[in-house]
Amino acid sequence: MIDWLTDPFRYQFMLNGLYAAILVGITCATLGSYVVLRRMAFIGDALAHTTLPGLVVAYLQGWSLFGGAVVAGIATALGIGWLSKRSEVREDTAIGIVFTGMFAFGILLISTARSFRDLTHMLFGNILGVTDQELGLIAGIAGVVVLALVLFHKELELASVDPVYAEVIGLRTDLIRYGLLVLLALATVAGIQAVGVVLTSAMLITPAAAASLLTNRLPRMMALSTVIGVGSGVIGLYLSYYADYSSGASIVLTATACFMIAWLYRAFRTA
Amino acid sequence: MMTLPYRREPCHGQSVPGEAAVSIRDLTIVLPDNDRPALDGISLTVPAGSRVALVGPNGAGKSTLLKAIVGLLKPRSGSILINGMPVRSCLHGVAYLPQRGEIDWHFPMTVRTMIETGRYVHLGWIRRPGPADRDLVEREIGRLGLDYLADRQIGQLSGGQQQRTMLARALVQGADLLLLDEPMNAVDADTRQILTDVLDDLRTEDRTAIIATHDLDRLANTFDDVLYLSDGHQMSATDAVPGLLAAGIA
Repeated sequence: MIDWLTDPFRYQFMLNGLYAAILVGITCATLGSYVVLRRMAFIGDALAHTTLPGLVVAYLQGWSLFGGAVVAGIATALGIGWLSKRSEVREDTAIGIVFTGMFAFGILLISTARSFRDLTHMLFGNILGVTDQELGLIAGIAGVVVLALVLFHKELELASVDPVYAEVIGLRTDLIRYGLLVLLALATVAGIQAVGVVLTSAMLITPAAAASLLTNRLPRMMALSTVIGVGSGVIGLYLSYYADYSSGASIVLTATACFMIAWLYRAFRTA
Repeated sequence: MMTLPYRREPCHGQSVPGEAAVSIRDLTIVLPDNDRPALDGISLTVPAGSRVALVGPNGAGKSTLLKAIVGLLKPRSGSILINGMPVRSCLHGVAYLPQRGEIDWHFPMTVRTMIETGRYVHLGWIRRPGPADRDLVEREIGRLGLDYLADRQIGQLSGGQQQRTMLARALVQGADLLLLDEPMNAVDADTRQILTDVLDDLRTEDRTAIIATHDLDRLANTFDDVLYLSDGHQMSATDAVPGLLAAGIA
């Protein structure tokens, strides 16, 4: 049994994958609690998709993919924040337009390039191809996100539960929203390494949504969400190693299974 | 530990001597996407330590007036002074109780934490509530009869218990001016008694209160002054009362 568990990690790429899964699990699960509670699921998904042109431009120019994704993600976060403050179009409509346009632009750019293998990695993740350098960046993002959530816990919480009172005592709720969107862009970029552009929002939403069914305390929700997120990452990695499934899909489906278990548990407990 | 305030407050806690707690001159407010003013030519002087009721039907402009005093809405014309200074000069000196619908009651927060947020204006960024803050919170929890509910999630409370929680938060702020938007809305008899007693305490504590209600009858307290509002206009009591009687309010 122990051999079965340790065997995959004789390989450096599996070990890097494990570290990446743990770090992405922590980052997305903690921040994901706010994504779920503030009903930002759609914006989270949109942010992940809009990083694609950034990734492709960086790839074609031979720049750091990571840098490309960070720039595109933060630009989108600020753009959506700005658009949604104006009143010509509804926020979800604005997000829908920006994200599909950016995603299509990314695909158009890729069609000018030769390799579609790299496209697959961008869209569906390549956690077993994470380099030491990328791992360092993922760790950096995890540090920034968790530190921000700890330091500004009471401000984020108040601005989410009662934005009017927050404004009254001088908190700029619009700045807090921008800050959350930038953190979301960073978490998305980390998530893309693990499960790719298309599935990243699952890492943000599913573990936190499962946790929200099991507790009504925010710190506990974040802790549970982290356990589910990290657990899904690690279990998904084993599934991928032994059954030769796609790693991104294995990780996300494990999280989906956790959500279903949490949902059943709650349904039976409250019945 | 040093304090990083959410917003710079020039008031330093002192008021200009001899000034009214709130002084409103010819205030007109137009809400975004609206042609007609929500408030038109309102004037009101509230001496320090007094208790004023804002009375009128739904949509008369009571909430709008409170939001203007607290600085959430900007006047098109006219002025509002608090202790002789412009609005938002002294955030910690003004406590606001919003209508219940403004809050996300599904959020995973306990009653105690919700009340604690009333201390945040004093704490500023990052700093967490200390023992002195927690003592104030426990005192108001006791005063409003919330002891056995303090660890519940806020969504598990009844309407009256939620109103008590919001009043407790306004009280822990320790402000001299309280702006309460329909605190008696949808409350049970127990809650009404508790709120009535607490509002009476405010008078002995020499705090100023402006309380919006669409039903003067529900407020068992006595008031030093009543501002009648109808469709954004100020009415004299003699004009207002027959209208309110006709509407079944007074």
